[in-house]
Amino acid sequence: MFVALRDIRFAKGRFALMGAVVTLITTLVVFLYGLTGGLASAASSSIAQLPTQDVVFGAPRGATPEVSFSNSGITPQQEQAFAAAPGIGRVEPLGVAMSRLTGDGGATSVSVFGASDDLLPPVLSGAAPQPGQVAVSQKVADDGRLRVGDKVSVGGETLTVSAITADRSYAHAPSVWTPTATWSRVTGAKQPNALVVDPGSADVAALDTAQNTRTVSREGALAGIDGFSAEQGSLQMIQGFLFAVSALVVGAFFTVWTVQRKADIAVLKAVGASSGYLVRDALAQALALLVVGAVTGAVVGFAGGAVLGGSGMPFTLGAATVAVPVVVMVLLGLAGAALAVRRITSVDPLTALGANR
Amino acid sequence: MSLVLSDIVLTYPDGDRRLTALDGVSLEVAAGEFTAVVGPSGSGKSSLLAVAATLLTPDAGRVLVGGQDVGALSAAQRTALRRDRIGIVFQQSNLLASLTAVEQLQALAHLRGEKPRAVAARAESLLASVGLTDGKQHRRPHQLSGGERQRVNIARALFAEPSVLLVDEPTSALDHERGEQIVGLLARITREHGTATIMVTHDKAQLRAADRVLEMVDGRLAEAVPA
Repeated sequence: MFVALRDIRFAKGRFALMGAVVTLITTLVVFLYGLTGGLASAASSSIAQLPTQDVVFGAPRGATPEVSFSNSGITPQQEQAFAAAPGIGRVEPLGVAMSRLTGDGGATSVSVFGASDDLLPPVLSGAAPQPGQVAVSQKVADDGRLRVGDKVSVGGETLTVSAITADRSYAHAPSVWTPTATWSRVTGAKQPNALVVDPGSADVAALDTAQNTRTVSREGALAGIDGFSAEQGSLQMIQGFLFAVSALVVGAFFTVWTVQRKADIAVLKAVGASSGYLVRDALAQALALLVVGAVTGAVVGFAGGAVLGGSGMPFTLGAATVAVPVVVMVLLGLAGAALAVRRITSVDPLTALGANR
Repeated sequence: MSLVLSDIVLTYPDGDRRLTALDGVSLEVAAGEFTAVVGPSGSGKSSLLAVAATLLTPDAGRVLVGGQDVGALSAAQRTALRRDRIGIVFQQSNLLASLTAVEQLQALAHLRGEKPRAVAARAESLLASVGLTDGKQHRRPHQLSGGERQRVNIARALFAEPSVLLVDEPTSALDHERGEQIVGLLARITREHGTATIMVTHDKAQLRAADRVLEMVDGRLAEAVPA
């Protein structure tokens, strides 16, 4: 990297400009990563963090079961069939509906879950809800200034707050949890939407066929949240475009840079530099540029993310939020640079001699 | 002999036919011998240099560098031969803009897998021996005069202690006085370093320092003219 480092030092304006571009793209990708994670959490944390392995969606006879919480319904017969299956572990009905919670502090949209105590998120204060009671997420409690023992109205029914749980949300609405019977009363639903199961050694496929149900993993069930896949897909597509743009920009920069260095490359080859040496030197130069640019972008993105996360925007800030964009940026940028610097191999050292210059 | 070219034939494609650049050229240069090759533009001087530098493979004939048959070498081996045994003084100084004079030489050490820092003193000493002193060793090409750049060019060619030194029109960008100094320097270096030197030039005024002068006409080395 002897020549490469000195080239950077000599042409610092050009490399600083390119490094700034890499920094900006990385910052943008880190923001998008954090936002994607934050939105995913806001849309799905109640399902994603269920203490179970699989989720079963059901349909009545003659209809095709689909992975959709809003379109699914579990009949008592289906629930009983799963519960009675040999070798099966946990089987719990799960009801999900959107509603409005009104308390002394005002009204807010909530996702109402009907489930047993076993599926409740960690309780921060109070006790698991009994019939006529509701456990509310921390955010609902904070926004509505609710405490354990307060009365709230959910779907026209008056319920007592029995517990405040860790924050969970579904479809961007904070979640509240109540027993299945109470859930049916406040939402007017006659059936739970899904079953959560730990299949154990049970033949789930056979059960699905026999009961007209569809069993998917907990992660797969996230696609059943309205708008989740479209939202995540859009953000991930933007991330993909940004990565592609960064690879193209870095590739274009090193293409121009390599063309400008053609005479120097010819001289180096004439005095005994192998193509391999020159390609390694150029790639090391690209790596240095990418690492410095991407790490700077990650630091800026991390700091910006911390500010955004603190302002209430759905933003997940973690090691992966920062590390993944940096690693992908560096690898794709390096791939772009590799395509550009391969033309080094075709530079003819003969052009260094006078008559051919 | 340090450099032997025997019966070299080199042709280039020229439309539907082939143009003969070198037509049965034979030349032997001993260690410490300074040979000048003169001739008009297009006579084949640069082609001769390119073949001797292993940058072009002739259609026929043999090139021996230090007794080694270049024709039997792979491309990678020819590259290594240029790096270790052949020094080239380019017509334009062809220095890398980003490197100081010392670094131009250190870069060659890096090519050979040596640590550049370890050869810094030797590089400075070599630059001083070609007349580059007073801190000019640490200047970049654009901070040096044309003559100074040419001295760095020569020092770079000598740094690997080559057995063959190939010099391509070294005075073309210099005035007469500086050109004379550079040619004198090349003659001295040839004797001191024991290189087999071929200098290609069209400037007949610079031939006094040469041990032998040959004339290239239409791809053939004609009988020597008095130096």
